[in-house]
Amino acid sequence: MPELPFLSLIILVPLVGALFVLTIRGSDEIALRNMRQIALSTTIFTFVLSLVLWTGFDFETSAFQFEEKHSWLGGMMSYHLGVDGISMLFIILTTFLMPITIIASWGVKSRVKEYMIAFLVLEALMIGVFAALDLVLFYLFFEGGLIPMFLIIGVWGGKNRVYASFKFFLYTLAGSVLMLLAIMYMYWNAGTADIAEILKNPGFSAQAQTWLWLAFFASFAVKMPMWPVHTWLPDAHVEAPTGGSVILAAILLKMGGYGFLRFSLPMFPLASDYFAPFVFTLSIIAIIYTSLVALRQDDMKKLIAYSSVAHMGFVTMGIFTMTRQGIDGALFQMISHGLVSGALFLSVGVIYDRMHTREIAAYGGLVNRMPAYAFIFMLFTMANVGLPGTSGFVGEFLTLMAAFQVNSWVAFFATTGVVLSAAYALWLYRRVVFGVLQKDSLKAITDMSRREALIFAPLVILTVFFGFYPTPILDVFSASVENLTNQLSAAIDGAAAIKAAAIN
Amino acid sequence: MELIFKLIVFLPLIGTLIAGFGGTLVFSKISKAEPASNDTNGDHHEYTGPVWPARLTTVLLLIAAALSWFVFFDVMSSGKTQKVELMSWIHSGLFAVDWSLRIDMLTAVMLVVVNTVSSLVHVYSIGYMSHDENQPRFFAYLSLFTFSMLMLVTSDNLLQMFFGWEGVGLTSYLLIGFWYKKPSANAAAIKAFVVNRVGDFGFALGIFATYKVFGSIEFDVIFNAAGEQAGKTINFLGGNFDIMTTISLLLFMGAMGKSAQFLLHTWLPDAMEGPTPVSALIHAATMVTAGVFLVARMSPFYEVAPMAQTFVVMIGAITAFFAATVGLVQNDIKRVIAYSTCSQLGYMFVAMGVGAYGVGMFHLFTHAFFKALLFLGSGSVIHAMSNEQDMRNMGGLAPHLKKTYLMMIIGTLALTGFPLTAGYFSKDAIIESSFAAHTGMGNFAFWMLVIAAIFTSFYSWRLIFMTFHGRSRGPKTVMDHVHESPNSMLVPLYVLAAGALFAGYIFKENFIGSEEVMFWGSSIYRATENEIIHHMHSVPSWVVYSPFVAMVTGFIVAWFFYIKWTGLPVWLAETFAPLYRFLLNKWYFDELYDYLLVGPIMRLGRFLWKRGDIGVIDRYGPDGVAAKVVDVTNRVVKLQSGMLYHYAFAMLIGVAFLVTWFLFASVN
Repeated sequence: MPELPFLSLIILVPLVGALFVLTIRGSDEIALRNMRQIALSTTIFTFVLSLVLWTGFDFETSAFQFEEKHSWLGGMMSYHLGVDGISMLFIILTTFLMPITIIASWGVKSRVKEYMIAFLVLEALMIGVFAALDLVLFYLFFEGGLIPMFLIIGVWGGKNRVYASFKFFLYTLAGSVLMLLAIMYMYWNAGTADIAEILKNPGFSAQAQTWLWLAFFASFAVKMPMWPVHTWLPDAHVEAPTGGSVILAAILLKMGGYGFLRFSLPMFPLASDYFAPFVFTLSIIAIIYTSLVALRQDDMKKLIAYSSVAHMGFVTMGIFTMTRQGIDGALFQMISHGLVSGALFLSVGVIYDRMHTREIAAYGGLVNRMPAYAFIFMLFTMANVGLPGTSGFVGEFLTLMAAFQVNSWVAFFATTGVVLSAAYALWLYRRVVFGVLQKDSLKAITDMSRREALIFAPLVILTVFFGFYPTPILDVFSASVENLTNQLSAAIDGAAAIKAAAIN
Repeated sequence: MELIFKLIVFLPLIGTLIAGFGGTLVFSKISKAEPASNDTNGDHHEYTGPVWPARLTTVLLLIAAALSWFVFFDVMSSGKTQKVELMSWIHSGLFAVDWSLRIDMLTAVMLVVVNTVSSLVHVYSIGYMSHDENQPRFFAYLSLFTFSMLMLVTSDNLLQMFFGWEGVGLTSYLLIGFWYKKPSANAAAIKAFVVNRVGDFGFALGIFATYKVFGSIEFDVIFNAAGEQAGKTINFLGGNFDIMTTISLLLFMGAMGKSAQFLLHTWLPDAMEGPTPVSALIHAATMVTAGVFLVARMSPFYEVAPMAQTFVVMIGAITAFFAATVGLVQNDIKRVIAYSTCSQLGYMFVAMGVGAYGVGMFHLFTHAFFKALLFLGSGSVIHAMSNEQDMRNMGGLAPHLKKTYLMMIIGTLALTGFPLTAGYFSKDAIIESSFAAHTGMGNFAFWMLVIAAIFTSFYSWRLIFMTFHGRSRGPKTVMDHVHESPNSMLVPLYVLAAGALFAGYIFKENFIGSEEVMFWGSSIYRATENEIIHHMHSVPSWVVYSPFVAMVTGFIVAWFFYIKWTGLPVWLAETFAPLYRFLLNKWYFDELYDYLLVGPIMRLGRFLWKRGDIGVIDRYGPDGVAAKVVDVTNRVVKLQSGMLYHYAFAMLIGVAFLVTWFLFASVN
């Protein structure tokens, strides 16, 4: 175990970077360049630092690692950080995508300083969410992260940004109020807000579990987002600047899934078991419903946003199978979706920067002048439809297979998603990229610049690499998921045994 | 030997990567701001780029083909099943799948088929695609297809097979839509991919069910355990069904999609939008036979699932008949051959379904030669006619295209089953096997196949007569330019013609004759009571002669229709107009699917969006609440610097409230 408090450092570095950006005065070209470069080097440094987590990670244990604990606020809560197999990769995903996002935002012209600060603060808070091992600390990061994202959409967004951020705010507020109440109750009941302590001995009564589960569910379902509380996402995506969309799709959506795995399943196993059919139903509706809606979108970003909701349906379905393959698949799907959806929003960003429209009808025939772009976009389209050999396949396959083991109806309906996703994704691609380049406005469009190609290179490599060789990812959470499923089945079997004994 | 296996599979991939990234324009435009020009579509550009990508991929494929034949004979003599571990793939708990190569006789046959046809198509394409501005991209796709197909046939588990399965689907999509400026090509490409995915839906469920039952999806494990599961039931979609039947039918749904069988066939004729070499390689000789291969590979499953076998026979027989009827009236030269392919695949499935796996595989093997020959030959015709594909505008081409004509005749003879050609041995054997099954479904299939054989002969000769005989109906400008194809295109035809003539005679003893048990070894499983091959040799002689009669009948009718009394077909079409239109419009399947599926799905999508998301969820959810909140806050907001910061502020209040509560709680 390394001596340095790595997790604190990883959270702190972006904040320090933000402070540096803050000190830069002026709005001339040089000042702006300095801001961008400071933001970029900060995020790169954070990424390199976070790799220590991976290299120093002990794959054999499900225990928390890189722990730091200091009591705070009179010992009632603690500043407790740590990672296990479930959370570690989310931190890496965050730090990995941040530099890419910053480079992709090179073209932002207005309020560059505030923009960079918002993203750096956001990074710190997102890492905090995945590293926090104290309920209150978690809540602070979880809700705090909304503020910069809220500002990013509201300040640097498109025409309807106020409506979109309003919607985003309302949904998440509604969810988080209930979660706050649940956290209070848990503290009262368990006598501690320490997540690691509660995980060791959850011990909530079956009835309490039900209410707590529902309260947490309200918050996480909005974040996923699950049907029917998903309608904020398409609007938020459409209005958000490219960088905001990338982070929103790639990281923020994963907080819901992470929450289910960190809280709902291990802390409220009986309620999770009880509500699993309910979650399956919502997941299936999400997959079919939003895929159908995606088919009819005229706006590229909206289409991809709806497709994200469908993909998150596989995640929730996988998690609540409560089997090894289901949870492995859900976690893998989240990581993969982080790469793929991020890349898709970046792809939209590339042509948005040139034409300033997201209307599908405004494009057509781009391959004639943008072959490299056509290649990249095709690759991620295929990853999005879950073609084997891309990372998109592994998670989808594992979750579906797990669903079949639990209930063949669930698998049956969810598998229709693979047909629908092919339809909407390929149709989008055809309308934007293929065909004759007829529109005069597109005649002078240029292919990707070096900077843009540089952004995509790591995403392309990882998407294909993990498609053929997912082991490095699967190995990380292997021990933790194994432990989680064992605990789950022990709790559920235990409750069933008590019930049986009571009847006799 | 391991190295040879790896070379066979990975040489095409290497070719793809080098040609694709080094030879195409993909990355050449990065950061080069080109001036806008009116000719951005480059319609009339000659190809001026490098020719090495085409040559490189072709040479690599030729090497792979030569090695495949070496492996074929090696496996034939040794009879061993060999495996090569490559690396791990997906491991999750007890579920474990690895990348590996499995070479047994079944695989070896497919290796030979795939690499032989693929290498010949590569050679042919050097000539055929010589003017195409995207030539390197074409060759990269061809090689990528070949790699996917090889991964499919060398798989040692269902998942790697699924990888290859979807991989060939991808490359098929890319190649059908190769000429991306044609809207029809793009539509056909999407249709192919999506319809195949419908089949894959079943395939995927089949994999899930297999894992549920066997706890593994590795071939050796599940094959050994298949017998124990026979007769047991599984709960699937609320009912209890026979395990092996359920799994076999689900997997067969995948096969129906990939092999364009009845109900999932609609994509194949449209796929003819792709360049002709693609049609020959993917949509005739290799990819579409993957479904047949799947059933052969899963023979231990089908052998213990008689219901599923019956279903396979039924679908095969219906497809053979249905596609042949549609083929009778089509005017597009490639579509005729496409329906013929569809029909012949039906024949193969009949053989699979009655348990004559070797017979079906034999037809797959011979069909690859003569069908690729017919496609490439028609490509040569299209090339000569300046891209004309409508046979009504052809005619009288025989004197101009003597070599092509001869090759097409050989292909037609083999397809119709002229004695001693390849088709004669394999196709007639299928018809005999369906009779020898001595089941109701077998008899049904027998008659369907015999009728289909008449039709096959008719439309094949119709194609020949309309294209090469009679007076020429093409425009003079085109006819003046008619020229025989270059040698790079003709030589592959000669090789395939040799296969179409002799492949049946040479290999018949191995595939279906006295040595077949030795030949297939353990790669095909037959239950002990499966004596179909034995029964085939004792069918009545009228059964044996029936395909021959069918062939002659078809020929004579075609001759009268298109040589002797050329007015007759028109008169028939007018007299039986409804029937003619029914056939011409392919039994109205496209219209039916549009009406029943595509339209409603699109409308439902719009309904859910406009009525569901916007009309209900938003209206009663956030918008409703927002309207109330806005009322209240509007007055407050005016005092603030802006709405946004206000919301942010509200969030902070929430956080502050929490901290306060904790502080308060800690004091008490």
